Formats: sequence, C-alpha cells, structure tokens
Amino acid sequence: MVQDLRVLRAREDMAPPPGWPEGAGALGARLAVAALHEFYAAAEPDAPGATGFALLAGRALGRGRFVWVRHIDLDREAGAFYPPGAAALGVDPASFLFVRAQRVDGALQAALEAARCAGAATILVEFRGAARVYDLVASRRLACAARDSGARVFLVRSGAPPAPSAAQTRWLVRCARSRVLAANAPGGPAFDLALLRDRRGREGFALRVEWNRERGWFEDCDVAGAAPRPCVAPLSGAVVSFPVGRPGAPDARARAG
Amino acid sequence: MSLAQARARAGALATQDADPAADAAFLNDCAQACEMFTPLVARDGADGLLLDITGCAHLFGGEDALRARACRRLRAAGLAARAALAATPDAARAFARFAPEGGCAPATEEARARRLPLAALECDVETALALARAGFATLGDLADRPSAALAARFGPRLTRRLDRILGREDMRITPLRAPPDIMAERHFPEPLALTESLMATLERLAIDVAVLLERRAAGGRRFEASFFRTDGMVRRLLVETAQPARDPESLMRLVRLKIDALADPLDPGFGFDAVRLAVLRSEPLHAGQTHLGEERETADDARAFAELANRLVARFGRENVRRFVARDTHDPARAAFAAPFLAAAAPWPDSAPQPVPSRPLTLFDPPQPIEDAVAEVPDGPPRRFRWRRVLHEVAAAEGPERIAPEWWRAPQDAPTRDYYRVEDSEGRRFWLFREGFYAHERGAPRWFLHGLFA
Repeated sequence: MVQDLRVLRAREDMAPPPGWPEGAGALGARLAVAALHEFYAAAEPDAPGATGFALLAGRALGRGRFVWVRHIDLDREAGAFYPPGAAALGVDPASFLFVRAQRVDGALQAALEAARCAGAATILVEFRGAARVYDLVASRRLACAARDSGARVFLVRSGAPPAPSAAQTRWLVRCARSRVLAANAPGGPAFDLALLRDRRGREGFALRVEWNRERGWFEDCDVAGAAPRPCVAPLSGAVVSFPVGRPGAPDARARAG
Repeated sequence: MSLAQARARAGALATQDADPAADAAFLNDCAQACEMFTPLVARDGADGLLLDITGCAHLFGGEDALRARACRRLRAAGLAARAALAATPDAARAFARFAPEGGCAPATEEARARRLPLAALECDVETALALARAGFATLGDLADRPSAALAARFGPRLTRRLDRILGREDMRITPLRAPPDIMAERHFPEPLALTESLMATLERLAIDVAVLLERRAAGGRRFEASFFRTDGMVRRLLVETAQPARDPESLMRLVRLKIDALADPLDPGFGFDAVRLAVLRSEPLHAGQTHLGEERETADDARAFAELANRLVARFGRENVRRFVARDTHDPARAAFAAPFLAAAAPWPDSAPQPVPSRPLTLFDPPQPIEDAVAEVPDGPPRRFRWRRVLHEVAAAEGPERIAPEWWRAPQDAPTRDYYRVEDSEGRRFWLFREGFYAHERGAPRWFLHGLFA
C-alpha cells in the first residue's frame, strides 16, 4: 500500500510538462520513474557512450540503491568497467551492486529480480549483440516489474539495431565531439541523443548534451561545437522542469528521485 | 625390497608410481566422509584420521556403535580400516596401530596402554635400540621409571609421548575445518534419495537452527548444508547472506536457488545417510522494532535490498556479484578491484573534482595494440591511429601523463608509459599510451589503447 502510494506520488511528479520542451532540462521528465527506458549505442564504438549516459542519468535521477547488471561479452568488446573512471565523472563506484552475467538471459533475469525489489531505485542492465531472449515478452516483464516497484530500469544495448519493445522511451546514443578546452584538449563527455520512441508522444527529436559535473545534470550543447547554452527552465513554471534528485532541488521525494 | 627383487619373486607384478598428492586428496575425502560423525576431524599422518567424538557418541548409540559404523562407512569405500577409542588422541593412535582390535572400558584403558609394545612410541631407530638393550619391552616398563631420568637420557619428546599415550597428559586435535558456530543434523535409518524429502528435512533443520540462533540473539551470515551420501561422498552447499539472517523460509529459498543454479545436480546415487545444516559464521542480530512512516520505508527498503543481494549471490555465485574497492596505487591497471558484494564495504576515497574526467569509463585488460600511430613530435599524441581495422583521425588530444611502472612490483626494465586522452573526429574519446620513449629505450615505441571514455 505504502509502495503503491509512493509510485503514484512519483508518477504525478513526473507527469510530462505541457509543451514538451526539448532541451536537456526536460530529459529527466522523459526518463520517468517506474518505467523501462532503452538506450541503443549507435555503433559498436559508442557502447561506452551509451553506458556512460545511462550511468550518469541514472545516478543523477535516482538517489537510492543502484544495481548494475553487465553482460560479460561487453568486457571483451568495449573493455571492463573501470571504477576510477566513474569516480572521475562524479559517480561513487562503491555505491553499486554490480552483477556480472555470463549470458544475456542471466542478465535479464538478474535485472528482473532487481526491478521487482522495492529496495532498488535504479537498475542499469547492459548486454551486447542481437539477443533473441530480449523480446516483447521479456521487455514487457521488465516494464511491468518497474511499474509495480517504482524503479527506473535503464537497458543499454550495443551491436544490435533498435527493435520494438515495451519500453517507455527508446534513445539512440552516439558519442559527440566535446567542447574543446585550452590547448586543444578534449572536453567532458558529450552525447548526441535521438529519441526514437516515447509512449507519451513527441518522438523523433535529437539533441546534443554535455555532462556538467558541478550542476550534476546535462546541459545543451550547440551542434556547431560552440560554448554550451545554459539550460533554462521552460516558461510553464508551475510544473517540474528540472529533474528531481538533482542536487539543490527541493526534494522530499527521496525514494522516487 | 627393491623393485627388481619384487619382480623376481612375483612374475606378473603390476607397478604404479607413488602419488602422495592423490593419497592425501583421498584421505581428505575420507575425512569429509567421517565428518558425518563429528565436525572435529583431523588427519593423522599420511594414512590415519583422528575424530574427536566428545559429546557425539550418544547420537549413534554409544561409542562402540559409532566405531563400528565409522569402520563400516570406510570399508564400504573399499578400505581396510582399524579403529580404536581412547581418552587422548595419542592413545587412540597407539591402540589403532599397535594393539589387537577391540574396544575397552575407560577404566581398563591405562592397564591396556601399559601392555603396548615399545614400537607404539614411534621413536627413532637409535632410541628404540637403546631402549631394547636396556631391557624394556612394554610401555608399562618405561612408565615405572622416573621420567626425569628418561628425559635426561632420551630427550623430552619420548616422555611427553609416553604421558600422552598413558593418558597423563591430554592434547586436543586441530580439526581440518573449523567447527561451525551452530549446527543441526539428521541421520536417516535408511538412505534417502528423494530430493523433496531431503528439502523437507533441511527445512526442519533450518527451523532448529533458527531457534538456536534466536536464543543467542544472533543471525547467520554463512550457512552450509552438507549431504552425506552412503558411498562416502559429501556434497556441500554454501549460502551466504548480506545481513545476519535466521528466517528459515528465506534461507530455504536461497538453498533452492543454489540447487537450481548447480552445474552438476545433486545426484542422490544410492541415497543420503545424513543431512547437516551448519552456521559457519554468525553475527549479533537483535529483534528489531517495526517502525512507522518514513523510517519504516527505509528499513523495509534496506531489508528488501539485502534479500535481493542474497538471491543474486545464490543465483550467480559469490564472485559475480560485486562491489568496487579502490586501491592506493598510481598504476591505473591496479587502481581498483572488484570484491565480492558480501565482503566488507569500503568507501571510495574522495578525490579533487576534475572538470574533465582523466580516467576512462572502461579499461581493456590487457591493453589493445593499435597500428599506424604516428606522432608529429616525439613526445606528442598520434595524429591518427588504427584500432580494430578502423582508422581514427585525432581531432583533440591532451597529454602526456607519464606513468612509470611500480618498480617494486614490475620486472626491472618495464618501460614507462605516456598516456594521452584523445578524441577522434567522430567524437569518440580514447585513452592511449605509448610504451617507452623515442630516445632512451630500445626499439621503436609501441602504442596501445587502454580504455574508452564515455
């Protein structure tokens, strides 16, 4: 009962703002709680980008416990997860429960188990290749488990074309040119996002975002590669425009955010 | 007798090289099979087992019945076994090896020990010869002499051994496996082969264990279920929990998960003789008060998460459910390691916030060689490089970050690495390094890709 109330409360907070702003500030509302979200790496070398985006978004949106399930094939293709890299992005590597799955069905099973658990706020599951076990039924199961427990499930795939599923949103993630620093040094993580599917509408837009560590959220980045435009809240001030859980946000929704 | 002499006496002689390691492994298996009788089993030399049956004999209908049953169990495995019971481990060893078989009442034990031959002392050849020349035949002869004189002549080892065999000095055995904190077991009059009935038995044991744990205000962190098969094989299932637990239902759920995840299923063979559930490690667990409101939510969440961790560990194995721990080193490949999630947690050390991450999100082990990497200047980043047959044009680069190997760990002439953060024209960020310098070290330096940035 308490669980249901929490989920309902969280869902009300995450209702899509009217007008559907397309900037980075609205990303949090699109990546709603109690739902399944998919991130596809645009190409094989973009796999760390998709992982990084999902990790940053998941960690910034959900302050609760974090479960990360990773298919072992990814270690061979894209390298094994390197905790100091996450620490450098401002994510605490000691806060994960990390499951290494030998097979895709094992990874899905672990994710499902975690999604059903009320104690896990965010579940990140990654696997590689055309996995036949991840079909409509499997994704529906994950989505239902997320809906019932109020968890966010982020599913990251690489080496496979986007396919229909029961996910609430589906994104195509590509590593983008970063804002170049002094002496031609590469800047922080930047991503090209394309929203392929959103069950609540307004699909098909693309944006380029850059991670801002101080603010703890993404900000818009000009496609030309110039200085990023700071993200301003949309005019409809009465509704949530920034993601909950962002540091400094008025936050009584510790579990949902 | 040499092999040639043996061959001369017996024509068709099959020979085999001695394999002490295999013998030791077999003896270990026998020790495991004997753990059915007591958790305190030790190896004795290369061909003996010592069982401390203090407080266990009544479960098997007395000491002699236990001895007979242990012998039967070892004989069933094709061994010739001799067993003896005594008050001290040394006396039991001496009776088993140097006395005619048969039990004896504790009252007559010393008299029987006194009749043992001197060989029971197992002293070296010179001492044995000297004792024989002095006219001693049995331990009783020696025991009547003042031990100070014996110790002065033959050393304290002899008198200590004599005292131990005669029961004047006691010594405890060191068991192969540490005895569990708590255990409950059930022996079956007839071997049991059905998995369902085994599980039912185990469930009853779990309830017994839970009662014992509750009495001590403790919860188990590590449980072990042992299944003793009639042919001497022992199957063990280890179940670990993230937090102290004693709820029989959740414990049984973990055991069932564990059995489902077994690579080779629990083969009953001709059936199981006994089942034991042991708590290998326990921690204090006080009955908590249920909270109301927000506090209750967090407490419930924490418990649900701990149960999730338990299920994942039971399903995927201890090694595959991890947490990350930092290591204090400058070598990037060793800067972090994955510890089992059930191990103690350690906070990640705080580092100065970096405007741009200096370490990649993923790391290759070993580093991947890249080709066609050409630098403009000797200490500069490459202009372009080929990785997995794809040519990457470097658009932005930063470096070098020079990292020398840990000389106290690496071989003497391990080359220094110059690390570069580079971004290619498509926006992918790589962590490359050049092994060695152009000027100092031998040969042309080689380039590697070590990691990928988000």
